Amino acid sequence: MLALATTASERSDLNLRPGVTDISQQVYSLHMMMFFICVVIAVIVFGLMFYSMIRHRKSKGAKPANFHDNVKVEIAWTVVPFLILIGMAVPAANTLIAMEDVSKPDLTVLVTGSQWKWHYKYMDNDVEFFSIMATQQEQIQNKFTKGENYLLEVDRPLVIPTGQKVRFLITSDDVIHSWWVPDFAVKKDANPGFINEAWTNVNEPGVYRGQCAELCGKDHGFMPIVVIAKDPADYEAWIVEQEAIARRAAEEEQRLLAMSMSMEELMATGKRVHDSVCAACHMPNGEGLPGVFPAIKGSQIALEDQEAHIDIIVYGRAGTAMQSFARQLTMSEIAAVVTYQRNAWNNNTGDMVQAKDVNAIMNGN
Amino acid sequence: MADIDSQNNTSQTQNSSASGEAAHGKTVTKLLLVVVGMFGFGFALVPLYEVFCEITGINGKTSDEAAVYEAVEIDTSRMVTVEFITRTNSGMPWEFSAQTKRVEVHPGQMAQVDFYVRNPVSRDIIAQAIPSVSPGTAALYINKTECFCFRHQPLKAGEEAIMPMTFYVDPQLPDSITFFTLQYTLYDITATADEAEVVALNNSLGR
Amino acid sequence: MSTVTDTANTPATDDAHGHDDHHHHIPKGLMRWLLTTNHKDIGTLYLWFAFIMFLVGGAMAMVIRAELFQPGLQIVEPNFFNQMTTVHGLIMVFGAVMPAFTGLANWLVPMMIGAPDMALPRMNNWSFWILPFAFLILLSSLFVEGGGPAFGWTFYAPLSTTYSGDSTALFVFSVHIMGISSIMGAINVIVTIFNMRAPGMTYMKMPLFVWTWLITAFLLIAVMPVLAGVVTMVLTDKYFGTSFFDAAGGGDPVLFQHIFWFFGHPEVYIMILPAFGIISHIVPTFSRKKLFGYASMVYATASIALLSFIVWAHHMFTTGMPVIAELFFMIATMIIAVPTGVKVFNWVATMWRGSISFEVPMLFAIAFIILFTVGGLSGLMLAIVPVDFQYHDTYFVVAHFHYVLVTGAIFSIMAAVYYWLPKWTGRMFDITLAKWHFWCSLISVNVLFFPMHFVGLAGMPRRIPDYALQFADFNKWISIGGFAFGLSQLIFLALVIKACRKKGEKVSSQVWDGAEGLEWEIPSPAPYHTFDTPPVVK
Repeated sequence: MLALATTASERSDLNLRPGVTDISQQVYSLHMMMFFICVVIAVIVFGLMFYSMIRHRKSKGAKPANFHDNVKVEIAWTVVPFLILIGMAVPAANTLIAMEDVSKPDLTVLVTGSQWKWHYKYMDNDVEFFSIMATQQEQIQNKFTKGENYLLEVDRPLVIPTGQKVRFLITSDDVIHSWWVPDFAVKKDANPGFINEAWTNVNEPGVYRGQCAELCGKDHGFMPIVVIAKDPADYEAWIVEQEAIARRAAEEEQRLLAMSMSMEELMATGKRVHDSVCAACHMPNGEGLPGVFPAIKGSQIALEDQEAHIDIIVYGRAGTAMQSFARQLTMSEIAAVVTYQRNAWNNNTGDMVQAKDVNAIMNGN
Repeated sequence: MADIDSQNNTSQTQNSSASGEAAHGKTVTKLLLVVVGMFGFGFALVPLYEVFCEITGINGKTSDEAAVYEAVEIDTSRMVTVEFITRTNSGMPWEFSAQTKRVEVHPGQMAQVDFYVRNPVSRDIIAQAIPSVSPGTAALYINKTECFCFRHQPLKAGEEAIMPMTFYVDPQLPDSITFFTLQYTLYDITATADEAEVVALNNSLGR
Repeated sequence: MSTVTDTANTPATDDAHGHDDHHHHIPKGLMRWLLTTNHKDIGTLYLWFAFIMFLVGGAMAMVIRAELFQPGLQIVEPNFFNQMTTVHGLIMVFGAVMPAFTGLANWLVPMMIGAPDMALPRMNNWSFWILPFAFLILLSSLFVEGGGPAFGWTFYAPLSTTYSGDSTALFVFSVHIMGISSIMGAINVIVTIFNMRAPGMTYMKMPLFVWTWLITAFLLIAVMPVLAGVVTMVLTDKYFGTSFFDAAGGGDPVLFQHIFWFFGHPEVYIMILPAFGIISHIVPTFSRKKLFGYASMVYATASIALLSFIVWAHHMFTTGMPVIAELFFMIATMIIAVPTGVKVFNWVATMWRGSISFEVPMLFAIAFIILFTVGGLSGLMLAIVPVDFQYHDTYFVVAHFHYVLVTGAIFSIMAAVYYWLPKWTGRMFDITLAKWHFWCSLISVNVLFFPMHFVGLAGMPRRIPDYALQFADFNKWISIGGFAFGLSQLIFLALVIKACRKKGEKVSSQVWDGAEGLEWEIPSPAPYHTFDTPPVVK
C-alpha cells in the first residue's frame, strides 16, 4: 500500500494524478499529506490493537486489568487529534483560497452540459460547438475492438492555450451535470439556470481527458470531456481557423436553403442524424423507451402535423428531456431527419421536408 | 457507572399502571409535535434558503426587486468589468441577445444595457428571464434599478423588442472582484402564466 | 454493569404461559405474526425483513457488478443499470440497515432496561407491517413501463422531477411509508426508554446500545420529516406545477441538495450510532474488562449527533459555494473526527490488558473497528475541500461509504446477531459455519471494496455502466470480490435457519462468560414475556 505513494507518474492506475497545473499539483501534495497522516494514525491505532490482541489473550492466560477510565489519557486523545486536524486544515484552506481566485481571466469559455454532451462557446470569439463522445456504439456493444481512448474520446475537443488563465463558466440546459478534468483538478457542477465558474492555467501542452461526474440520466457514463492545451501561438491559429470554418458553414447553410434535396439524400442524411443524435433517447428503431422517452414510430407528431415536428426539433419542449437542436444541427440536417422520421419504420407519410421549410419555422418567413 | 447519578433513583418511572399510560401519551404528544415541526421546517428551509442566499450570495441570484438608486459616491479609483450572457431554455424559441457584450463601470456609476428579443414563431409567448451571477458573491453588489427580469415579458408572434436593464455596482464590492458575469436565461412560461396575462397579451395592439 | 437484586420477583424465571391474565396463549401461524404486539416477535419480523431486503438489494449489487465485470455493455442497458444502483441504495439504506437496527432495538431495548415490552405495542405492530408494503411498491415500480427510479438514491432534482420516469409517484409514496414507519419506530423507542426503565436504571447506567439508540431515535424524528418534506416537493414539482427546484419558476435545483443532505447526513449517523452501541457491548464481554470511558462514549455519541446537523453541505462542495461556506463545512466535518476517534480509542483501551478471546461476535467487532476506521479515515480525506474536488462522485466515495456501511453498519449487525442469537434461540449457533461466514466475508469484502479506492483516485466516476480500459483490471477483481461476498452471505442464511430450527447445544442464561447486563439474567431462550415485574437496578 505504501508503494503507491511513490508512483507519481503521470496517470497512475492506483493514485490521484499530479496533473498539469500549479493548483492540481498543490491538490496532489495535499492528498499525499492527508494519505500519509491517515496511514500513520492507522498504523499506531491498529498496532496497539494487534499488540493487545496478541499479548492480552485469554488463551495465553492474560488476566484482565481493572481500569475503565483515565482522565489524562482521555484528554490527550481528544486534544492531539484536534491539533492534527488544525495541521490539516491550514494547508487545505490555503489551497482552497488559491483555487477561488476571481481575478480577470485571459480567456473565457462557456461550458454547457445537456443530456448527454457538452457545448463550448468562446466568449471572445465567434466560435462555439458541441462536443460529443466519438466512441462507436459497436465498441460499446462489444462488436468492435475497443480503442485506446475507449469512452474518453470526443468528436470536437475543447482547445485552450497554455500559460494563460482560462475561465470556465459552467451551466446546464437540463439536469445537473458536472464538468471534471482530473489533470486540472477542476470539477464544477453545471446547474440548470445558474452559472458556476472555475479556472485553470495549464503548464504543458497536451491532451487531457475527463468525464461528467454527476449522474445525469441514461447516458451519464457516455459524455466525456477532452481538452487540448496548445501553445498560445498554435491556439491563436486554431481559433482563427475555427472562426473561418464557422463563417463558411453559415454561408453553406444559406446556399443549401435555396436547394432541394432528393428523397434518397434526405433519407440517407436523416438516418445518419437520427442514429447519431436522436437514437440516444428515441432508439435507432424509433420506438423510444416506453415510460421514459416517447416513440417516434407511429406517433401523432411524426404522422400528422409536420410543422409541429420541425418545431419540437428546433426548439425542444419545455419541461421534458426534449432539448433544442437548432444549434447542434444545420437546417438541412433537421430537414433530413424530419423526413427520415416521417418515412422510416412504417411511418410512410411520404412527406419531404427541405431546409427552407425549417428556415420558415425558425425565422418566421 | 454506579458512581454517576446514583442519587436519582426515586425519579424513575414505573412500567405499568395508568400513570405509565398517561406518561406515554404525554411523551408521544411532544414527540409528534417535534415531527410536525420538523416537517414544517423542511418547507421552511425553502424561504430560509432564499434569505440565506440574499445575505451570502450563495447561489449567485440577484434580487428580483428594483433597487432604488442611492446617491452613492462613485469610486473612480477602480473599474469593474461586467460581462453578459444570454441563453434560452429548451422549448423557448426567442432570439435573445445583449446589445453590449460587456461594460466597464466604476462602482457606484449607473449603466444601462439593452437586450434584444424576437419571437420568430407564430404563437404568442410570455417569457421570464432568470438572472445568475458568477462569482456568486458579486450578486450581492449588483443593484438593478430597472430590469426586464422583474416582470413577465410578453411578445406576440413575430414581434421584437428592446428590453433595458439599468444597474450600478455597489462601491462596497470587495477589491478582489474586478470582473464578473451576469447570465440571463429566458424561459417560456406561457403555459403557467396567469390567464389574465394571456388575455392581455392577446388583446394588446402590439408596440 | 447493573445487576438485578430481586431475581425472585422476576417473572422471567416463570414459564411464559399462564402467569398473568393478560398472557393469553400465543396465536399460531400467520395470524401470530400479523397481529403480534410482542416486542420479541416484532424484533424477529424486523430482522427477517431486513435480511430478506439485504439479499434482494445484494442481488441488485450482483447485477451491477456483473455489468461492470468488464468494459462494454454486456448484461443490462444503461437505463436499467441506473435503476439498479438507485434501488440497491434505497433498499440497503431503508430496507436493510435501518430495519435491522430497529429489529435489534425491539428485541433488546426492553430486555436491557428491564421493561416488559415496548411502550406502544400496537403502534409497534403497525410500524413494522407497513414496511413490506413500502418495499413492494418500490420493487413493483421496476416493472411498470419505463422502469423504476433511475436517479440515484439521492434523487437530485431536476433529474427526479422534470426528467424522471412515470414511476416517480410510486417512489415518493414508498419513501413516505418508509418514513412513517421509521418515525413510529423512533417514537416507540424514545417513549420506552424515557418511561419504562426499571427502578434504579438511571440514564448514566443505561447500556450503551440503549443510549446510542435513544440518540438515533431523536435523529430519526428530527430528520425523517425533512425527508418527507423534500419528497413531497419532488412530487409537487413533477406533477402539480410547483417550482421549488426549477429555475424557471424562481426555484433552485441546489436547494434540493441542501434539504436532502440536511436529512441525509444525520441519516448516515442513524445507520452507524447503534453500531457503536453494539460494539461497546461486545468488546468488553470478550475482553473480560469493563468498557473504557462509558461517560465519554455517551458524550461522544451525543456530540456526533449534534454535529451531524451542521455538516450537510460537505456532500455538495462542487455545487459552487462561497469559500467561507466551504471552509465552515470542511472544519465542522473534520471536528466530527474527534468524538469518533474517542470511540475507537475507547474500544482499543477496553481491549488493552484485558483477557481477550475471539468468539465469532468478537471477530466481527474487531473487523468492525479496523475497517470502520479505514472508512473513517477516507472520510477525513473527503472532508478536505480542495482534494474533495478530485474525489467527489468517484469510486473513492463509493469505497468510503461502503467501508462505513458494509464493514461498519452491516458487520455490527452481524456481530449483534451472533452475540444475542443464543439468547433468542436458547441454542449456540453452528460455530464452524459462523467462522466460515466471518472469514469468507472479511476477505471478500476487502477484495470488493479496497480496490475501489484505487479506481476512484485514478479517476473512475461513480454510477456509470461502462468505463475506460484503464479501470478494467481492478473492476474485474472488485466484481469477483462482490460475488464472493454475496455468496458468503448464503452461509449466514443457512446458519440462521439452522439456529431457528433449534439445532445446536443449549446455552446458559449467561451465554458468554464475560457478558453483563439485564438481558443475560433472564433465561435462554428469552421467555415470551420478560420483566412483567420490573427488576431493581442498583
